[in-house]
Amino acid sequence: MDFAFSDEQEMIREAAAAFLSETSTSDAIRRAMLSEPGYDRDLWRRIATELCWPAVHIDEHCGGMGLGYVELVALQEQMGRYLLCSPFFSTVCMAVNALLLAGNRQQQAQYLNGVVQGQTMTLAFGGTAAARRGGQWGPEIVELIAQPDGDGYRLTGTQHYVVDGASAETLIVAARLPNTAGEKGISIFLVPANTAGLTRETLATMDQTRRQARVHYDNVQVAAENLLGTAGEGWSALRTTLDLAAIALAAEQVGGAQQMLGMTVAYTLEREQFNRPIASFQAVKHRAADMMTRLEVARSGVYYAACIAQEALAAGPLAGELSEAASIAKSTASEAFLLNSADALQLHGGVGFTWEYDVHLYFKRAKAGEHLLGSPVWHRERLANLLLDHEQAATS
Amino acid sequence: MRLEFSEADERFRKEIAGWLENNLTGEFEQLKFRGGPGDEHMFPAERQAWEQKLAEGGWTCVGWPEVYGGRGCTIEQQVIFFEEYARAGAPGRVGHIGEGLAGPTIIAFGNDYHQQKYLPGILAGTELWCQGYSEPGAGSDLANVKTKARFDASAGKWLLNGQKVWTSLAHEADFCFVIARTDPDSVGHNGLGFFLVAMDQPGVDVRPIQQLTGTSEFNEVFFDDAQCDAQDIVGEPGQGWAVAMGLLGFERGVSTLGQQMQFQNELNDIVALAKENGAAEDPVIRQRIACAHADLKIMRYNAMRMLSGQDGSDGSLQKEALIYKLFWSNWHRDLGELAMDVMGPAHQVLAGKPYELTRLQSLFLFVRADTIYGGTNEIQRNIIAERGLGMPKEPRWPAK
Repeated sequence: MDFAFSDEQEMIREAAAAFLSETSTSDAIRRAMLSEPGYDRDLWRRIATELCWPAVHIDEHCGGMGLGYVELVALQEQMGRYLLCSPFFSTVCMAVNALLLAGNRQQQAQYLNGVVQGQTMTLAFGGTAAARRGGQWGPEIVELIAQPDGDGYRLTGTQHYVVDGASAETLIVAARLPNTAGEKGISIFLVPANTAGLTRETLATMDQTRRQARVHYDNVQVAAENLLGTAGEGWSALRTTLDLAAIALAAEQVGGAQQMLGMTVAYTLEREQFNRPIASFQAVKHRAADMMTRLEVARSGVYYAACIAQEALAAGPLAGELSEAASIAKSTASEAFLLNSADALQLHGGVGFTWEYDVHLYFKRAKAGEHLLGSPVWHRERLANLLLDHEQAATS
Repeated sequence: MRLEFSEADERFRKEIAGWLENNLTGEFEQLKFRGGPGDEHMFPAERQAWEQKLAEGGWTCVGWPEVYGGRGCTIEQQVIFFEEYARAGAPGRVGHIGEGLAGPTIIAFGNDYHQQKYLPGILAGTELWCQGYSEPGAGSDLANVKTKARFDASAGKWLLNGQKVWTSLAHEADFCFVIARTDPDSVGHNGLGFFLVAMDQPGVDVRPIQQLTGTSEFNEVFFDDAQCDAQDIVGEPGQGWAVAMGLLGFERGVSTLGQQMQFQNELNDIVALAKENGAAEDPVIRQRIACAHADLKIMRYNAMRMLSGQDGSDGSLQKEALIYKLFWSNWHRDLGELAMDVMGPAHQVLAGKPYELTRLQSLFLFVRADTIYGGTNEIQRNIIAERGLGMPKEPRWPAK
């Protein structure tokens, strides 16, 4: 048992931090979030071709680096810390995982090689149920209808809250066969964004650092070869994909929570009132201590979940813990980021309330991420279900 | 990062689990799940017999180096030992202060005389220890101890005078390690000594403190010319603070994983009760149980990080070690409240007259101590902010 980053993983983390501290500056973030795709295309090209981040956990035979989810999480943490605007999350943490889990060799070879070269993808799966009862993220969220049509399918309906849905070059779309409900009937498709009948609109969102889109499908034709896995049996792969994505999002939130703590400590050491740095007041120190506690607790949960995610991708002995580990990591990291950004805003005083200071960018990203892929309440209810609604309770 | 244990470690796990299964039987059966926090006053003699049973099997002081009579277990094996110990429901260790605090301090800071005189009794489970740190005027401000140690050259002995408080197990212990002022004019961290004091002597008076549980795990200890041999000071006179602080470093560590297994046993009881009485259908209770479960898991992952990582080269604690006490004590406090809320109005009814608490009632009340002893939450937050985040100390009032 060794629950620390290896030297190589440390290097990846440090290199990412060094790169992002220079490229994802406050000015750069603000330019990117107002740009048409929502990210800096040149920077993304560099990230893909020079740093090879999208290749991190893709197999070498598909042009990837063949590293694991722990390395991916180390990168995500730094991207969250520096609030990078990029399609990394939607492409690598959502769509690539779906391809790895559900795609056949030919589909993987074609699309993963593209991702390694900087092509963008996303995962679209949510219907109106996504917003029902404060957010639902189980199989009921899949509402788009896939009507069998000859050898292929026709997609009709609308999907909501699709991350980077308007800029992604390829969509991985979860839909359901007619007259099915729940886990049954869910099918996953590869849909190039330029397919006829597909229209996308960027949503104006409170968090401007990560785009969401509404995607309309009007009799969109999908060929049989673009079905991932078996028709009607996609739920297992989709659930695993969402769990893996939740863990990656949680890693990003740990990075954000870290930055909020760091910025707050720096500010309170600098800011003087009553002839002393406000960091010397216990009322301030104790709040900062709580911020650090939340952060480190979330970090422990996320690192463990990263190990379990790797087990899930490699079908290891602990793969069965994935949903539990994902729910623990996501609920904890979401709250840590939100509370730390809220505390950062409070401890920055008036300037924390301004557009000029970056705190609000983190605060808004934290709130958006809290609800993306399941709120803490939703994830805890999933844990409660595991614990309380079955004969066997977890005991260790 | 690697989560699995080696084959050798798994063999070790089988060995200790098997030993416990074969030996936690007969007269010891009644001790299962007993003697933990809030229950430490129960079965003292039987638990000391158990301590000696462990010693026979070579299962005391498993983390001590072999040269000092320990088992020389790796961190992983210690983790496994404490997990299996708690999983088996083996009782709270009456020897834990000797094994976890006094022994490691004597190994790290003591000389041959101390080691030969005191370690064998700890290893054998025949001699129990208590900790003489806090005083009425020295709680969070531990350096404010007033107990004095004066060397009587004609008798060749140290004479201690003063009062200690909140001393767990003082009424059972054979020895107490005491910080006392060797320089009567000193203040603060300077001028202190670290003494090893026999409890069975006329100059030591132990008075139990009745707690809000109605029971008495804690005591007051009065020293009135209590004697201690010239050699029974660890480190030089005046250097006791460094020894005392070194000891506090031993308070965290692998035994925390055993504590977590005990927490898991408590949570399991609450989950079972919630399922039985229908509280498990209440959405708010469900959220709280899920939260308790998630945070307990995280406590384990955090401990794994703590055990896998390295402290700073300057002896500074890692961040995950700094937050540990605050996190677990708050968790445990919340668990006590959850237990009562799962029970509903039934939580009021005692197990018996005049004031016999059920296990969960005892949990609810006793956990209020967790956020106070071993550094209050407020002190923990100061330590986190100052050592973990580099924030300045609050200015002090001028000395009186």
